[in-house]
Amino acid sequence: MKSDRGDIELAGVCKSFDGVTNVVDGVNLKIADGAYCCFIGPSGCGKTTILRMIAGHEDPSAGEIVIGGQNVVGLAPVQRRTAMMFQSYALFPHLSVRENIAFALRVRGLSKADRLRAADVMIEKVRLTQFADRLPAQLSGGQQQRVALARAAITEPRVLLLDEPLSALDEQLRVQMRQELRRMQQELGITFIHVTHTQLEAIALADLVVVMEQGKIKQAGAARDVYAHPHDRYVAEFMGGQNVLSGRVEKVNGSCFTLAQAASSGIEVPLQTRPSVSVGDQVDIAVRRDDVALVRPGRELPPGCTTSLPSRVLAIEYQGYFVKVMLDTVPDDAFVAYVPEKTFFADPFTVGDVVMATWATGSALPLA
Amino acid sequence: MSAVLADMPKTEATKTVAPATTKAIAPSRGERPRTFYVLATLFALYVLALYGPMFCIYILSFQDIRGGLVFPMKGTSLHWFVDLFTQVRTGDVKGSFDRSIKLAVIVTVITVVVSFLAGLGFRKRFRGDTVVFYMMIGSLVAPGLVLGLGTGLLFQALGLNASWYTSALGAQLSWTLPFGVLVMFAVMSRFNHVWEEAAYDLGASRWQSIRLVIIPVLAPGLVAVALFGFTLSYDEFARSLQTAGSLNTLPLEIWSMTLNVTSPSLYALGTVTTIVSFIVIGASLGSIVLIQNKRGSSTKG
Repeated sequence: MKSDRGDIELAGVCKSFDGVTNVVDGVNLKIADGAYCCFIGPSGCGKTTILRMIAGHEDPSAGEIVIGGQNVVGLAPVQRRTAMMFQSYALFPHLSVRENIAFALRVRGLSKADRLRAADVMIEKVRLTQFADRLPAQLSGGQQQRVALARAAITEPRVLLLDEPLSALDEQLRVQMRQELRRMQQELGITFIHVTHTQLEAIALADLVVVMEQGKIKQAGAARDVYAHPHDRYVAEFMGGQNVLSGRVEKVNGSCFTLAQAASSGIEVPLQTRPSVSVGDQVDIAVRRDDVALVRPGRELPPGCTTSLPSRVLAIEYQGYFVKVMLDTVPDDAFVAYVPEKTFFADPFTVGDVVMATWATGSALPLA
Repeated sequence: MSAVLADMPKTEATKTVAPATTKAIAPSRGERPRTFYVLATLFALYVLALYGPMFCIYILSFQDIRGGLVFPMKGTSLHWFVDLFTQVRTGDVKGSFDRSIKLAVIVTVITVVVSFLAGLGFRKRFRGDTVVFYMMIGSLVAPGLVLGLGTGLLFQALGLNASWYTSALGAQLSWTLPFGVLVMFAVMSRFNHVWEEAAYDLGASRWQSIRLVIIPVLAPGLVAVALFGFTLSYDEFARSLQTAGSLNTLPLEIWSMTLNVTSPSLYALGTVTTIVSFIVIGASLGSIVLIQNKRGSSTKG
């Protein structure tokens, strides 16, 4: 009853190392066959533990892990048909690139000629033919990563698990290898599960982004959903690109409610995803940093903007295609506007200027 | 012209580096700090003190038949080396040499195997690991002569005959095993346990992962452990003195010769044993280099 499907279902998966605290705490998740899934969260949130449980390097304390319709808890990695790419690649230092890649076939008892032939095919796939006889220590970080990928892929897994695969690389190479991972995933047509703590990496690669905190899934969805429509303050702040404000609901009228802020006038927020808001509730809202427009006091607000908060410019960072303007709009939280470069330099602000921060009312998002 | 060219980069470099930094970098060429010469002299004296006495023995062993036990040298020949292996009155050199080598080989094999297993065992913490560790250190620091004496007495009390391959072997292991295990710990500290996990992930059994990953990666370290085991056993004296029984090992034989042999044969024996030691050390280091070179180019074929 072996299935080639690499769809994964986690049902009530828990893991505790000391029997007291759950590092992974009741995780339920479905990952489609052939999907690129990224687990993201701060260190210690349990993302790597989940990966290792799917890989078979750790047994869950409770729950089921189903791959291709079969509960794999207790099975060895080879029986699960999963393969793992380790964080620092864990290439065998005494074996050449070719022998590293052929290792899985060697332990299966394939003859030397057969396994080296198969390895050469794989080496070609990751474009390392001219380095086949080198030792891992003689390769660059990017080349080592490709060896690790090839070594895992030669086992013909239905799920490939990658533990922070890009963290050992420098910035430029990271972007390049990111594309290569995506290309390999499409070429192999198998499920990739990738653990990272870099938001950009997750949203650039993944079909399914899973945001975790303290052993629990905070939000799982398409990259754009998670980035543009975070469920709560944690996800909004963790994924970045959002300003989070909190306040008390002042009045609710029809499709909108008004949020009273300690230090500023009312903020009007549409009632889309949060129907049950009543006066007096403490509510968080998110406003994308690139949705915030800055207007000099006394000037007319752009159309659709009903809220404007007086702020002082704290700092300005030039970022190339946009300018990051940090403001003191709200007392406790950071408030940042990403102003397009051309807009900014048409009428540049300096630190200490007073501006009105405003946004189209419809772009404010109430959080859970 | 060439001198000028050679000087060019130097002046260039000194110009760009701040004066304070120049002094720290200086040892590259010329103008070394005064402390360098002080320390170099100290080191030279140390080497002289270390090897000087031994060189006296090596030199005096090459005298001719008129040779005595003290300087000055009387002629040069290999007479005393021949004497060493032909004369019965100098003692059972050949037999004791034989026993010492055999014993050293047995000790080496046991030390390597046990140290390797201990290295594997200590990868993870286990109940009583600290006790085991300190007991090991205890056997390392126990006075050798007393330990040897005790072993000899114990054998007597048990009605067993002390001999080089039973009681002496045990007494020597009490010394080489802790050493080997300590070296193994140092070697293991550089072993990345993710390699094992990777092997398991790729379908290797326990045994395959030991044979194909752990042993090859640790091979140079295992050679070092073997070298330790061999040399410690080969010149071990204190622990063997009361445990070797009726047949001497080489160090014991040399010791008894110092009491009754009054010819440069004794020195010739010193020269020969030193050569054997150096051959063993050279072979070990050579094999480590060979392993590492092989890793660089073995996979071409």
